Amino acid sequence: MAAPLTVLLILSVTIRAALYRSSLADFIAERVEVVSPLTDWKRVVEGLALLDLGVSPYSGDVFHETPLIIYLFHFVVDYAEMTFMLLVLFQFRKQKFALEADCYPLDCLELIRSPKEMYYIPLKVAMFYLLNPFTILSCVAKSTCGLNNAVIALFILSTIKGNVLLSAIFLSLATYQSIYPLTLCAPALLYLMQRKYIPVNFQRVSFWWFIAQYAFMYLGSLFVIIGLSFFLLGSWDYLQSVYGFILSVPDLTPNIGLFWYFFAEMFEHFRLFFLCVFQINVFFYTIPLSIKLKEHPVFLMFMQLAVISIFKSYPTVGDIALYLAFIPVWSHLHRFLRNIFLVTCVLVVCSALFPVLWHLWIYAGSANSNFYYAITLLFNVAQILLMSDYFYAFLRREHHLSYGLYLKKINGSEATLVLK
Amino acid sequence: MGLLSDPNRRRALISLLTRLNAPICVVCYMAGVAWFMGLAFEPFTLRTYMSENAMGSTMVEERFPAGERALATGREFSAHKKKVGGMPVDWLVKTMQDRGLEVFTQRFSRTLPFPDENKERYMVKGTNVYGILRAPRAPRTEALVLSAPCTPGDHNNQAVGLLLGLAQYFRNQIYWAKDIIFLVNEHDLIGMQAWLEGYHHTNTTGMNWSPLQGRGGSIQAALSLELSSDVITSLDLVLEGLNGQLPNLDLANLFYAFCQKIGVVCTIQGKLQRNDWDSVSGYSHSVQTLMLMVMKQASGRPWGDHGLFLRYHIEAATIKGINSFRQFKRDATTIGRLLEGMYRKLNNLLERLHQSYFFYLMPSLSHFVSIGYYMPAFCLLAVILLQALDLWVQIATPQESSPGVLSVLTPLVISHLTGVALYTLPTRFQEMAVEHFPVSETEAVVLTAIAVYTAGLALPHNTHRCLGTEQGWKVLKLVALLYLAVLLGCTALINFSLGYILALTLVPAAAFVTPNLPKVLSAFIMVILSPACTLLYSVFFFQELQEAPVSFQDGWLLYLSVISQGILDHFLYGSLVYPLIALLVYPCWLLFWNILFWK
Repeated sequence: MAAPLTVLLILSVTIRAALYRSSLADFIAERVEVVSPLTDWKRVVEGLALLDLGVSPYSGDVFHETPLIIYLFHFVVDYAEMTFMLLVLFQFRKQKFALEADCYPLDCLELIRSPKEMYYIPLKVAMFYLLNPFTILSCVAKSTCGLNNAVIALFILSTIKGNVLLSAIFLSLATYQSIYPLTLCAPALLYLMQRKYIPVNFQRVSFWWFIAQYAFMYLGSLFVIIGLSFFLLGSWDYLQSVYGFILSVPDLTPNIGLFWYFFAEMFEHFRLFFLCVFQINVFFYTIPLSIKLKEHPVFLMFMQLAVISIFKSYPTVGDIALYLAFIPVWSHLHRFLRNIFLVTCVLVVCSALFPVLWHLWIYAGSANSNFYYAITLLFNVAQILLMSDYFYAFLRREHHLSYGLYLKKINGSEATLVLK
Repeated sequence: MGLLSDPNRRRALISLLTRLNAPICVVCYMAGVAWFMGLAFEPFTLRTYMSENAMGSTMVEERFPAGERALATGREFSAHKKKVGGMPVDWLVKTMQDRGLEVFTQRFSRTLPFPDENKERYMVKGTNVYGILRAPRAPRTEALVLSAPCTPGDHNNQAVGLLLGLAQYFRNQIYWAKDIIFLVNEHDLIGMQAWLEGYHHTNTTGMNWSPLQGRGGSIQAALSLELSSDVITSLDLVLEGLNGQLPNLDLANLFYAFCQKIGVVCTIQGKLQRNDWDSVSGYSHSVQTLMLMVMKQASGRPWGDHGLFLRYHIEAATIKGINSFRQFKRDATTIGRLLEGMYRKLNNLLERLHQSYFFYLMPSLSHFVSIGYYMPAFCLLAVILLQALDLWVQIATPQESSPGVLSVLTPLVISHLTGVALYTLPTRFQEMAVEHFPVSETEAVVLTAIAVYTAGLALPHNTHRCLGTEQGWKVLKLVALLYLAVLLGCTALINFSLGYILALTLVPAAAFVTPNLPKVLSAFIMVILSPACTLLYSVFFFQELQEAPVSFQDGWLLYLSVISQGILDHFLYGSLVYPLIALLVYPCWLLFWNILFWK
């Protein structure tokens, strides 16, 4: 287990180092698919420069990272390159552990998974994350998205290890970074309760007591972090500049998300309404999904991550890579997937078409924004299809677990399941 | 979604598709070719029309009177050119200053990666001279360019003369709202590249040039003029630019409209327009015109000095004066009036040309085919994805041995390394080749490229000695098919013609190849359908279209020079065709070659 992992690490670091040194690095760092205004390294450097000059980094409309990040980088800016490498290393090690722990709760011995397969899952997860071109790109672009992913991975790890305090702290850190991970509290709570044998029952006192505990820890650490940021900077500027920026979407630079085109086209007086609609979209799915998947919090977490990365306001490929890394965990669902070939093709084609259409639009001037947005839409539709396919496969497997793998009709012929 | 979620209907659909796979592919391929041939048929094309309002409705009266004087200036220019033995910089500066322009010069130098044998140049040094006529009527935020190349020998003197004549005439008019830049560039595209890079403060190709001392506003449109005789019979419009990029169709419309108005015979691809579309010869004429455009576009090289403007988002075209033994002789005054009219209309532009099409093909100057009409021809060819679906179904049915990732990864990596070698070796090893073999540098580069290409054919056999399984080649073919589809799709979006021509030969190769075929015959077919052979056919076909057929010997020499020109275009101007073929298309084809020899 250790040897292949080491090989994997060396390989992935080599790829990244080679790309860092090549002339491609600058090109990649400019790509809108890879960096968003939130995670752009150039903006972080700008923020650091402003801070050094004694100006609030949030005074312009350039920097949108959180204060803690800027102070973190303040110490390491000279070694930025190495740091990123380390961060990424750190991040996937954690990821690996997270998923190592991850495979045990899904006890589905009766159906498909053999212990041998379980044994290799963490390695596969690490491979999916490390060798995913999306991760490599966002690492080479020095996107701070890697940090967000690391925090979320740590959160998942601590949740799965059953450490309530750490889970709450990392969740608050992730929320502090980019609001949206807030929705992950539902799976975390469900999981921790499952682990502590607390029934999910609104009548029980123990249920509410646990929620109160978790909420206290979460809000407490959030409060500490926000207070800390305030004392570091001495002003509340950053709230507007970070969270206002995430929620009100003022920057309409094209990216792989759904927001920019829509809000660029919209009349100003509908803006608020549609902002609410679009933002609620991210949070809303938590409720039905948690109700349906309350027995399977880890799967719920996967779905939530996917929903966030599709519907968030400034998505990058790094976010997608995070939930794609979970896919090996669900290898037992593969026989129930229906559209995986189609979806894979569409995702690959779209990823290739992004730079082509960008070139045609921005440099050649012969295409226009509609071409690019069409591909964005298709890309997101493919992601949604992928997600719903996994969801369907999961539910179908549940069905087979309770009714047997080969269904018979009443008259004895083989039955088929139809989703209507 | 009903179709996707109902398992019975899905199964029925998939089994239908896999059963009818081969016929569907063949029919679609035929349909794709037929569709493409149909594009030249006039009822299937659209008439050109002026979309840009600013250029459409306004009437312009052309009054340029001084054609004879312009020709006299041209003769003077020619005399000075002969005397200096190159660009008569001082004379040009003085003459332009006399005409009331702000004149600047720009020096540039460039060492080619290897000698260009077609144009006989290696270490290029030159000077561009340009004069700016400042707009009297508006803030100087926009500009138009009129350029004429200064070529060695007796060519193009009339173009420079007319340019200077127009400059003098334009100077006295008060209605200009955009700066007009009159540019005389030396060493055709190299000079143009230096000037454009200087103007836009970029340096993409590592060229040396002195910075520009004066500049106008952002350039909206440009015309490049080529005239080599005092009288002309017709004007030819050249549109194809770098990487197959085309200017906005409105520029062609503008040219056509003025030719109609002034009564100059105009051609595209050197082909006159004909009205008998319903006759066989009329149809084949427009097919010829269309094919010439497709071939030129696919080559990815700039076919006139305007070609590099397009990279900077500037609509540009070259106008060539043709003098053949026909009637309708026109003098320089008429051409001057035509250009005056075009510039006055361009002067009226309120925003960049964007109303009309950017993706089009022209079977004649008055008709065009837009992207919506020609893309289906390509999509029909790309139906090979069905093959991939078939393979997917075969692979997805569970079998005892699943193929290792390595068995797919090894050929992928090796063929790409071969591609990298094809891209880097020819220019890297030219000195060494020249030392050891009795060849010139250019020959060395071309022959190394061919050698690497051929050597690549021998490599993949040995990549999978122990790993080959039945499942393995299917996975590899699936990957290769998807790769090919994505590659051709992206190519066709950027440069339709190139994508289409590549698809025409690669798609059959991709579709038929399996390891279970008779080796020798199918290897022969694969080689015939490989990218290098496609280029060879294209060379012969192009000569045939130009009505200058060549013998096989000459064709071969031409083929070699085309390869060297392609490599030069890449290093000089940044044309993408050579890296595309070397780094992506060739490795992709090698994958299929690999499948053929799967053990």
